[in-house]
Amino acid sequence: MDKMPGWADAVLVPLISLILAAILSALVIIGIGEDPVAAFKLMVDGALMRSSGWGYTLYYATNFIFTGLAVAIAFHARLFNIGGEGQAMIGGLGVALACLYIPWPNWYVALFGATVSAAIFGALWALIPAYLQAKRGSHIVITTIMFNFIAAAVLNYVLVNILRPQGAMDPATARFPEATKLPTFQDMFSTAETAMFRGAPANVTFFLAVAMCLVVWLLIWRTKLGYEIRAFGQSESAAKYAGISPVKITVVAMLISGGLAGMMALNTTMGEAERLVMNATEGAGFIGIAVALMGRSHPLGVLLAALLFGFLYQGGAELALWTNIPRELIVVIQALVILFTGALDNMVRMPLEKLFLASRRKA
Amino acid sequence: MDFATLLQVLDSTVRLATPLLLACLAGLFSERAGIFDIGLEGKMLAAAFFSAAIASITGDVWMGLGAGILASLALSVLHGLASITFRGNQLISGVAINFLAAGLTVLIAQDWFSQGGRTPSLIGAGRFEGITLPGVDAVSGIPIIGPIYQELISGHSILVYIAFAMVPLTWWLLYRTRFGLRLRAVGEAPEAVDTAGVSVIGLRYVAVGICGVLCGIAGAYLATALQAGFVKDMTAGRGFIALAALIFAKWRPWHALYACLLFGLLQAVALRYQNIDLGAFVVPVQFMDALPYILTVVILAGFVGKAIPPRAGGEPYVKER
Repeated sequence: MDKMPGWADAVLVPLISLILAAILSALVIIGIGEDPVAAFKLMVDGALMRSSGWGYTLYYATNFIFTGLAVAIAFHARLFNIGGEGQAMIGGLGVALACLYIPWPNWYVALFGATVSAAIFGALWALIPAYLQAKRGSHIVITTIMFNFIAAAVLNYVLVNILRPQGAMDPATARFPEATKLPTFQDMFSTAETAMFRGAPANVTFFLAVAMCLVVWLLIWRTKLGYEIRAFGQSESAAKYAGISPVKITVVAMLISGGLAGMMALNTTMGEAERLVMNATEGAGFIGIAVALMGRSHPLGVLLAALLFGFLYQGGAELALWTNIPRELIVVIQALVILFTGALDNMVRMPLEKLFLASRRKA
Repeated sequence: MDFATLLQVLDSTVRLATPLLLACLAGLFSERAGIFDIGLEGKMLAAAFFSAAIASITGDVWMGLGAGILASLALSVLHGLASITFRGNQLISGVAINFLAAGLTVLIAQDWFSQGGRTPSLIGAGRFEGITLPGVDAVSGIPIIGPIYQELISGHSILVYIAFAMVPLTWWLLYRTRFGLRLRAVGEAPEAVDTAGVSVIGLRYVAVGICGVLCGIAGAYLATALQAGFVKDMTAGRGFIALAALIFAKWRPWHALYACLLFGLLQAVALRYQNIDLGAFVVPVQFMDALPYILTVVILAGFVGKAIPPRAGGEPYVKER
């Protein structure tokens, strides 16, 4: 059977899905009696027209790049890692322990150490579901969902009973030492005359996230391991005949995925809050699913989708501040994006495919 | 622990197990027909909001129940559309439905009631009240049996009794009717059902529809019986605990009842006693919260009796591969 060209598959299908999601979101805004055009303008104003708005947009985008890459790399091995949220929570624990108990000399050594720690913690949290999937055939979606809840309980216990400083009320760790403070965009880009990104939480981890996009791209398309992951994802039986171990690929892909999800906590915990709080993940683990689906599991796509969701998040906060539209609008948009780019993919693809085939027959 | 306390804990077990049981049976119908459903949570949440909202507007809890069921059914149709008609990924569709419900309920609640994403508190006929079963006065004098009948069996809302009655009904439907046989077959070997001239798509839509109705009742129970009104994210992971119970029960109705009662008991104990002091060590409340999930992972791992899902689960059916 003929296929439609690659660019249509990679660009046109997600674009149409996005437009459908946008139209429905606009209808929702009209439904609650607000003006979607004005709302969109407000979002653009708040998220993109000032450098501090960009500072927030890029801060959120940083989270979503990490979790999006995490979901994407698992997708390549045809594994649905829905546990990014839990892996990021445990990754946050890794960041906190590294920052609190190791006397780092300066921020870049600290960032390196915390990155390794976050990745290891996140990866280990993904290890058990991966092992159970590979060895015992337990469905990874269900086990990772369960591990999200278990992670929340573990984090709650650790924060309330172990890491909470004496006398403190809220379940959070002590403030990290000064040496672990990461430079924010304000520190990096402000000049003596003009302050840029004032008060915004975007920090140096954004560049780490972008670098990880490149690393993941190299890994997937330029290494033997990446080839094995893709081969396994395309056809498990073919991969087996080629001597690729399904157990190894399942476990390794999930370890990388969990590690990336864990690294997301660097941004919120080390970069922004400078201590570990209960809700350090801010739901980014789940947004990673939408980001990976929209980005077609390609690092560049993930980067762009993460920027879009960063914009939506910051824009949504502006909306909640100035209008009667609650922040939950973003959750609805996120749901619609997942629905159209993920579950209803065929609804968009089938007619488009027919259209392409018809036009080709004419030509 | 004295007898009165024990009764109270068991009573609250029944109350907390009811939404789990309804959602679990809902998932059972869907998954037995080969449609994975991790959107139980979202469907319950949508039903909880619409039942509370309509009950508060009309003052009639039955209208609320109807609205809740319709809301849940609408999401079921969406799930069916995505996973049956368009043969999309059922898990991704479930995730989308959960988010859709989480976002829309708060959005609409804010628009309708402007109370920070909640509905007004339900009073009077806007709620399901407890029913006193006949003969409570007659047996109340009898020791042990009297209090058990009075406290534990009588005094629940009608939805609790419906939920428990659904267990034998589900069993009968699945194992003693032609429809049940076909439903189970469509989850194991849809091609065989298709060859026999029975519509795979039709059966699956019916199963997903039943799932929607049951989730609707579960959500309505949460907002109009267990509590008096809707608050943001009030399902609090119950849809996933129900999913866990379903796996724990290995997709069988009676075992679903036992699993839900067990998880209900865990919730009741965690609610009543924060940290449990066993003398030698203290069981933290977080451990109690996590226990259903941990148990499910253990069951899934197959160390204690392997849980094998319906064979065709999660696979869209395509004629003539």
